[in-house]
Amino acid sequence: MQNMSGMSRMLSLVMVFALGIWVTSSGLLSEIAVYEEDILYLLKQHIILVAASGGAAILVGVPIGIWLSRPIMERSAEMIMQIFNVGTTIPTLAVIALSMTLLGIGFAPAFFGLFVASLLPIVRNTYTGLLAVPRHLKEAAIGMGMTPAQMLIRVEFPNALYVVFSGIRTALAVNVGTTPLAFLIGGGGLGELIFTGIDLMDTGMLLAGAVPTALLAVFVDFVMGQAQLHLVPKGVNPLR
Amino acid sequence: MEVFWFIAGNWASIVELALEHITIVGVAVGFAIVAGVPIGIAITQNQSIANAVLYIASIIVTIPSIALFGLMIPILSTIGHGIGWLPAVIAILLYSLLPIIRNTHTAITNVDPALREAARGMGMTSMQRLTRVEIPIAVPVIMAGVRTAVVMNIGVAAIAAYIGAGGLGVLISRGISQTDPRQLITGAIAVSLLAIFADWTLLKLQKLLTPSGLTH
Amino acid sequence: MIQLENLTKTFETPRGVVVAADKVNMTVPTGEICVLLGPSGCGKTTALKMINRLIRPTSGRILINGEDTADRNTIELRRQIGYVIQQIGLFPNMTVEENICVVPRMLGWEAKPAKARAAELIDLVGLDPHHFLYRYPKELSGGQQQRIGVIRALAADPPVMLMDEPFGAIDPINREIIQNEFLKMQATLKKTIMFVSHDIDEAVKMGDKIAIFRGGRIEQYDTPDRILSHPVNAFVADFVGADRTLKRLRLVTAEMIADPGTPAVARGARPQEALQAAKAHGGRTVIVIDANHRPVAYATVEELSGAHGTVGDFAHPLPATVPARADLRAVVSEMFANDVMWLACTDDQGRFAGVVTQPAVTAMLGQSSGQPLTN
Repeated sequence: MQNMSGMSRMLSLVMVFALGIWVTSSGLLSEIAVYEEDILYLLKQHIILVAASGGAAILVGVPIGIWLSRPIMERSAEMIMQIFNVGTTIPTLAVIALSMTLLGIGFAPAFFGLFVASLLPIVRNTYTGLLAVPRHLKEAAIGMGMTPAQMLIRVEFPNALYVVFSGIRTALAVNVGTTPLAFLIGGGGLGELIFTGIDLMDTGMLLAGAVPTALLAVFVDFVMGQAQLHLVPKGVNPLR
Repeated sequence: MEVFWFIAGNWASIVELALEHITIVGVAVGFAIVAGVPIGIAITQNQSIANAVLYIASIIVTIPSIALFGLMIPILSTIGHGIGWLPAVIAILLYSLLPIIRNTHTAITNVDPALREAARGMGMTSMQRLTRVEIPIAVPVIMAGVRTAVVMNIGVAAIAAYIGAGGLGVLISRGISQTDPRQLITGAIAVSLLAIFADWTLLKLQKLLTPSGLTH
Repeated sequence: MIQLENLTKTFETPRGVVVAADKVNMTVPTGEICVLLGPSGCGKTTALKMINRLIRPTSGRILINGEDTADRNTIELRRQIGYVIQQIGLFPNMTVEENICVVPRMLGWEAKPAKARAAELIDLVGLDPHHFLYRYPKELSGGQQQRIGVIRALAADPPVMLMDEPFGAIDPINREIIQNEFLKMQATLKKTIMFVSHDIDEAVKMGDKIAIFRGGRIEQYDTPDRILSHPVNAFVADFVGADRTLKRLRLVTAEMIADPGTPAVARGARPQEALQAAKAHGGRTVIVIDANHRPVAYATVEELSGAHGTVGDFAHPLPATVPARADLRAVVSEMFANDVMWLACTDDQGRFAGVVTQPAVTAMLGQSSGQPLTN
């Protein structure tokens, strides 16, 4: 959070604490604890899915965004981005479902669906971030004799980094939020406990999936927020 | 082609599911507007309360929808509504609060201080300033928040089919469990089109609601 | 030396061909500042940007020290030309030091000499190296950023500099200060500079020569004094302003027209001596100086004739004095403020250096320029 005051910190602590008290007092903790082994196993699958698909989306999305922002793409880039923007409105469940019709069930369609869902925010932010680099910086860079590659690496990308990072953060939030659905197409993960828990109306099982899923999502977002704060250089970081 | 015949043969029920879908999202976002806009205006009075409210709202949005359903089921079960449309509406309402509160807050705090001073200088009360200057200027930005909320929650409502809330997600969930690509693709396409259509319509509405003096 | 030969640039636009530069011919001698001046859209910036090939000329040649720039690698050419723009263009992701070192490092300098150069330059513009080298641009004021923009362009010691309205975005007070600093640096660095401006006052102050542009053509290319005193046509006259004669006041300093022969006597001198000195000089006034040769008072010939005692008995305190280096605008302003026809001026140590009179000022303004008055 931008100006996370002490109050917000305290509130979040209180929220976690209250959740803890509720879970413990209602006797649910012991019901959840039954699934400890499952939780750990599925959490690992879950994290692998997030890391693999999210990582791939970064590795592919950033170069695509850079490529679209090059002068040579000027004419077609806007149209491609329009298509991408429509793409981002497609619900993630639909993306996952369509991935299944293409690739069947298992890790591959889950990975692919998550990859596609997280790709768009990264491409979009990389592209818009690079285009938003002020003209006069580029003019200064060209004027002092930088090659196009030097300008990209030393001027354009560092100045777009904050926006690129915001895109990665959004993408990972989408990714982590969608990963529970991977279970539906045989991709495993904590979704297994949640969906099975709902079907069986087994509250313990349900929470054994839901609580770690929620905590993981909050944790990933927190880590990304911190990373954005500390990894984006001071001169171009509005948070610092 | 098979998908086409499926759609033609089940047109009525698809429309019915779509209406269910729209109702869930519409009711929930409607409540979120009623609750969120006043909250967004109120918190402009105190920055640290604003930070706290926005922080909590942003944490809620971070929680994956199916996990949020999971967390609500035990609580709502105590009143006999663990599954069904109620948890779906509540979850969507909670998710919608962040974009609506945030945009309202940002829009009101970003009103040009000179305008506010001019309004005060011509003798408007603080209530008049709010209703005649600040809110009209903020409306397009608030609408942008509503649009974000609607598009995001059409997706959430699709997932809510798994807790028995109905809507177009039913086609997808049946399609997956029965390994029936016709239903699955129909559901996926229908829900995507609904999201794209809602996005487009609300964008038009947003432009319509922008006072003509504010368009560039 | 920069030479532009028949330099032409045409742009194809939906509304037809636009000629941004039309057979521009000019030579900027080594070590001089040439100001390209004109209203917006007159082609001055286009002409400038063709020199470092940010804009490709349609035809014509540009020679730097006799070498055609078209024959050179564009990237290498740019690295040897300092470039300053109005928006400054400091890279926000780099510290001040990194910004200054960009070109030297691209030219293959080691890190150490590049950093030493950065420290040396930042010192040159009066900023504390320890304080500023490791800051980011956003932590500097506008004036500080502009100074860094200028020294970044100077980092690799390029013989030629291009400055595109470099001080345009700064408030008037700071602009004046930075202009003065820059002129002081230029006095020792002797760069060959093309300087775009839309401000006649800045052009008169900074330029050794001024080129007035209109519609892609040079209307007049001359010294500031000649542009002000002899505009070649109505456009130039209009552009430099109806007060162009008054603007020439800034081009001349008090010492250039002061009469150093005005008699100066001590307080204790006898009136008779003073009177003789005044007669020998042919004036009607004597200046009274103190023990440190500072002008403090004056007495007129009428008061002194037939008087007894010492000059000090008749002297009136001087209402004001001006430094000999002050330009005539300041001098005239001081005269008007004190309602006097003449002022004593002082050298850097405050010693009496002569007298400037209103007739001398008007004679200067009336004088046909190009005469060896200013030089």
